[in-house]
Amino acid sequence: MPFGQLLIEGLAMGACYGLFGLAVVIIYRTSEVINFAAGTMAVFSTYIAFHMITFYGHPFWLAFFFALVFAALLGMFVEFFFLRPAKNPTLLGLIVITIGVQLLFGGLVCWKWTADQQAFTIPFSYQVIYEPLPGVFISQWAVAVFVIAAVIVTLLFFFFKYTKLGTAMRATQQNKHAAKIVGIKTDRIFAFSWAFSSVIGVTAAMLISSRTILDPEFMMEPFLRAFAAAVLGGLMSVPGVLLGGGIMGLIENFFGYAMPAWKPITAFVVIVLVLCVRPSGLFAKHYVKKV
Amino acid sequence: MLKVNNIETWYDLIRALHGISFTITQGDVVALLGSNGAGKTTTLKTIMRLFYDLKEEQPEKGTIEFLGERIDRKDTDEIVKMGIGYVPEGREVFPELTVLENITIGAYTRRDKAGVKSDLENVFYHFPILKSRKNQQAGLMSGGEQQMLAIGRALMSRPKLLMLDEPSLGLSPILTQEIFTIVKNINEKDGVTILLVEQNVNMALKYSHFAYLLENGKIVRADKPEVLREDEDIKEFYLGIATEQSVKGYKRYRRKVRFR
Ligand SMILES: Nc1ncnc2c1ncn2[C@@H]1O[C@H](COP(=O)(O)OP(=O)(O)OP(=O)(O)O)[C@@H](O)[C@H]1O
Ligand SMILES: [Mg+2]
Repeated sequence: MPFGQLLIEGLAMGACYGLFGLAVVIIYRTSEVINFAAGTMAVFSTYIAFHMITFYGHPFWLAFFFALVFAALLGMFVEFFFLRPAKNPTLLGLIVITIGVQLLFGGLVCWKWTADQQAFTIPFSYQVIYEPLPGVFISQWAVAVFVIAAVIVTLLFFFFKYTKLGTAMRATQQNKHAAKIVGIKTDRIFAFSWAFSSVIGVTAAMLISSRTILDPEFMMEPFLRAFAAAVLGGLMSVPGVLLGGGIMGLIENFFGYAMPAWKPITAFVVIVLVLCVRPSGLFAKHYVKKV
Repeated sequence: MLKVNNIETWYDLIRALHGISFTITQGDVVALLGSNGAGKTTTLKTIMRLFYDLKEEQPEKGTIEFLGERIDRKDTDEIVKMGIGYVPEGREVFPELTVLENITIGAYTRRDKAGVKSDLENVFYHFPILKSRKNQQAGLMSGGEQQMLAIGRALMSRPKLLMLDEPSLGLSPILTQEIFTIVKNINEKDGVTILLVEQNVNMALKYSHFAYLLENGKIVRADKPEVLREDEDIKEFYLGIATEQSVKGYKRYRRKVRFR
């Protein structure tokens, strides 16, 4: 494969990891927990779209939007029924809850759709290759990934920066106690962040699935890579996690090409290295509270 | 305007407030004084119903009435909407929001755009420094500026009652003076009733119309500042004015204070 294509496909995969990492970061910033169920929740929602297309014959876009709505409800459901009832939880307790949710939905998906591998197709195929400049190849799938990622990130930017709800979300992330004092219903903000995260997660998952495979476990590795991307970005910053995702995608693609045996563990090597050198991530910023 | 009646607040098995009652009259500046750990912050948090996360039934006993309506089982955002503004201990600004965002989010519960705009001008009138720094990140402001920001934020909900928790904490005497003057202006010009929690008893007595003294979760004195200023215990233990030694030459031990 030529260098240019490795680069572009790597970046496209990286954009998917970045998006999924964004889903992880949004929850981490509000609830201060890594949602280990993120992958499985996205799988569940992807299967909903798959089911609608395959068994009911609905057009892709209808299934796509339905999956987004389902994902939003699923996110709120998990927040409301699993995380909210835990009063004064410890961090470990919350993590255990998310792992429990992961097992629950993992089991549910296996039971409903079996563990067989399926093909999930979207209207953008990775086998259709364009050559915009002589020698530069880019697949239709990669184009779709870049466009969707750009749209989501732009929308997120404006949402967080200029809307009242977006500002309230940032405020709640920074100081929950103060957010309550100004009259923000922080419980709703939490539910909303889970919905938000879940929607972005399923979008990334559908893109990833159409490039790889659909089975109950297909988000396992992408989740870990996205997590690595989020750690690279310091778990807090949006540009950080996107950059982290890009780095992960590139490392994986080039390693996968040169040394295929090493591909699966690159993510962990990167996490360990980053945590050794800069424990708070590459792009973390810190504010010291003034007296 | 605010009527607190025999409230008890518990932290798990520790009772922090042992049945506190007090009232605040419209238009007054009321001081709530007391040493560390007396329960001042707990009182304010109980009024704002910020312990809901810990336990649904807080306060465990007693009632709180604001403008004739029970608020001891209302949600915090409703209490804000009814007109209680709260400036918490230690400022608690949103460090990564800009100064302007911090101020405008104070109006989160409001829908009247025009009113919010004129209140923003009013905040800038009271605190000109906030206007010149409006695009700076709040976390990078000095402690005193953050205190002003926290007060400005609370004013944006157009409160009828403003509760300030130790606004002078960590500020220089000059800045403390400035903050107190502004608080006085807010009370007189904007007609906002003020509940002032303070360790700086001298200052608080100077600016208030009525004062309560809290000790170990109980109210032990309630009187006008002129009267409290002459109180032997307050003179010695809060104002630091040494009284004459007792006949035997021992230092006087603190009398057990009791109220009524
Ligand atoms: N979260 C908590 N858990 C357990 N006990 C607490 C908690 N917060 C406060 N207390 C206890 O409740 C009592 C009253 O505390 P409070 O913070 O109201 O005091 P304060 O009058 O505001 O003191 P300061 O002037 O130092 O701010 C103290 O004995 C304190 O130890
Ligand atoms: Mg206090």
